[in-house]
Amino acid sequence: MSKGKKAAQYIFLTIMSIISVFPLYWMACSATNKSVDVVRGKLVPGTYLIENFKNLIASQNLGAAMVNSFKYSVILTLISLVVCSLAGYGFEIYHDKGKDLVMSIILLAMMVPFAAILIPLFQMFSSAKLLNTTIGFMLPTISTPFLIMMFRQSARSFPHDIIEAARLDGLSEFQIFYRLFFPTMRSTYAAAMTITFMNAWNSYLWPKVIMTNGKSLTMPMLVANLVGGYVTDYGMLMLAVLFCSVPTIVVFFILQKSFAEGITGAVK
Amino acid sequence: MSQPRKKMSLSKKHSLSGWIFLAPATILIAAMSFLPMIRALILSFKTGVGVNMKWAGLYNYTRMFQDRIFKTALVNNFLYLIIQVPVMLVLALILASMLNNKDLRFKGLFRTAIFLPCATSLVSYAIIFRSLFAVDGFVNNALIHMGILKTAYNFLGHPTSARIIIIIALIWRWTGYNMVFYLAGLQNIDYSVYEAARIDGASPMQSFFRITIPLLKPTILLTTIMSTNGTLQLFDESVNLTSGGPANATITMSHYIYNMSFQNVPNFGYAAALSYVILILVAILAFFQMKVGDKRE
Repeated sequence: MSKGKKAAQYIFLTIMSIISVFPLYWMACSATNKSVDVVRGKLVPGTYLIENFKNLIASQNLGAAMVNSFKYSVILTLISLVVCSLAGYGFEIYHDKGKDLVMSIILLAMMVPFAAILIPLFQMFSSAKLLNTTIGFMLPTISTPFLIMMFRQSARSFPHDIIEAARLDGLSEFQIFYRLFFPTMRSTYAAAMTITFMNAWNSYLWPKVIMTNGKSLTMPMLVANLVGGYVTDYGMLMLAVLFCSVPTIVVFFILQKSFAEGITGAVK
Repeated sequence: MSQPRKKMSLSKKHSLSGWIFLAPATILIAAMSFLPMIRALILSFKTGVGVNMKWAGLYNYTRMFQDRIFKTALVNNFLYLIIQVPVMLVLALILASMLNNKDLRFKGLFRTAIFLPCATSLVSYAIIFRSLFAVDGFVNNALIHMGILKTAYNFLGHPTSARIIIIIALIWRWTGYNMVFYLAGLQNIDYSVYEAARIDGASPMQSFFRITIPLLKPTILLTTIMSTNGTLQLFDESVNLTSGGPANATITMSHYIYNMSFQNVPNFGYAAALSYVILILVAILAFFQMKVGDKRE
């Protein structure tokens, strides 16, 4: 490649990176500035962070929303990983005609738009008295075709010889799963964990429908509540957005490396 | 004689353990996706409020043809789909193939920066963009400062500019996500293939079109289906970036269904009928994409 082309490539990537990061930088900066300064276009961190924080906790139940979001997302992620990895493993390792058929029906569920099942789900959950509960939040998204497919795909690379050898050693089928499959599939689990946690933390439509009392609100709901009205306190708003974004960004950075590996295994 | 019989029972035992492994996930999907789908279908033939639902035949479906907001929502969804999905996927492909270059420096930095938007929640980024493009927002101030605009422009108050901003926001949020899938797909292509092509005198353009695209086809198909599905289900952006406005000009189907179900006078029957339209559209598009994806094999 010529030098000019190479330089063009670096410039392009740098511009794309700046565009990607700028809104987030602006958000973090604004969280430390007065609303008037944000409006004036101040682009350096300020000293108004504590004031913004005081205003935020005075107007919204930040503590409850953070606790709720963490509770719902962590529990959902753990259960979801167990249920979907068991299924993905089951579909691949013990595959036969019947199970393959069930798998293709499950993949159809991928096409079901959430809005299409929103009303019946709401009716089912409200008659089962599951509004404003953790179970209510989790139940519709514990088992997802995407995760099942991902684990099924990675189970494909799990050698059959190991399973046969383990059976001869007298390990039960479930022991093979959690003693042999689970430890070797770390990167798939990490990728699945990142995706599930982010989806759970960010989910908005379903909690908006099912969490009807103020006590059960989640972070995205809290952020959305702050908008509207004629005057927006940008400093406070961006601080709330910051609180809502930090957990997923941290999870992503911690699991970044294994995330990339896990996706690589899944798209093989 | 006893040997094969024992084997039979053993394989039966394994088959059974397989079913036990996949039962919880399968039952949950049946109960949380397929059962509600059937109930939505029944609901879509009924009309009324609360417990007083009456059979209405096809009334909900014929009613759509006179519904102007529904038509706007449908057009919006397709507009976002036709413009945003191709632009985003092409951009993601270009970025991924650039970052796959072994000699590139700061690779990790670029990749992390471009992926970072996907770590922000949908509500968060919608609100960041809403604030950036507000009348008193950063973009207006910057444009006035640079002398491009004389007075602030209400980007979110005009249908066309509001739609463009939704599209820009979507591209910003999802390009890195798709890029990761392409990067992962590229990892599975042996790098020596590119080196051999270069020695044979292929330009980077040629190797992109002759090697990268054909070998990434399954991944491209996967991301196309995921993005189509996601765009047709757009909700958070419509609600939080533009509130569907001005005057429902940027509303999406999911947003309209939500409004129809949970705002003002709820109309579950009509909302269910609308949601079946999305379901059918998603299914048809996925079907065609798979057909096209298969053909080129």
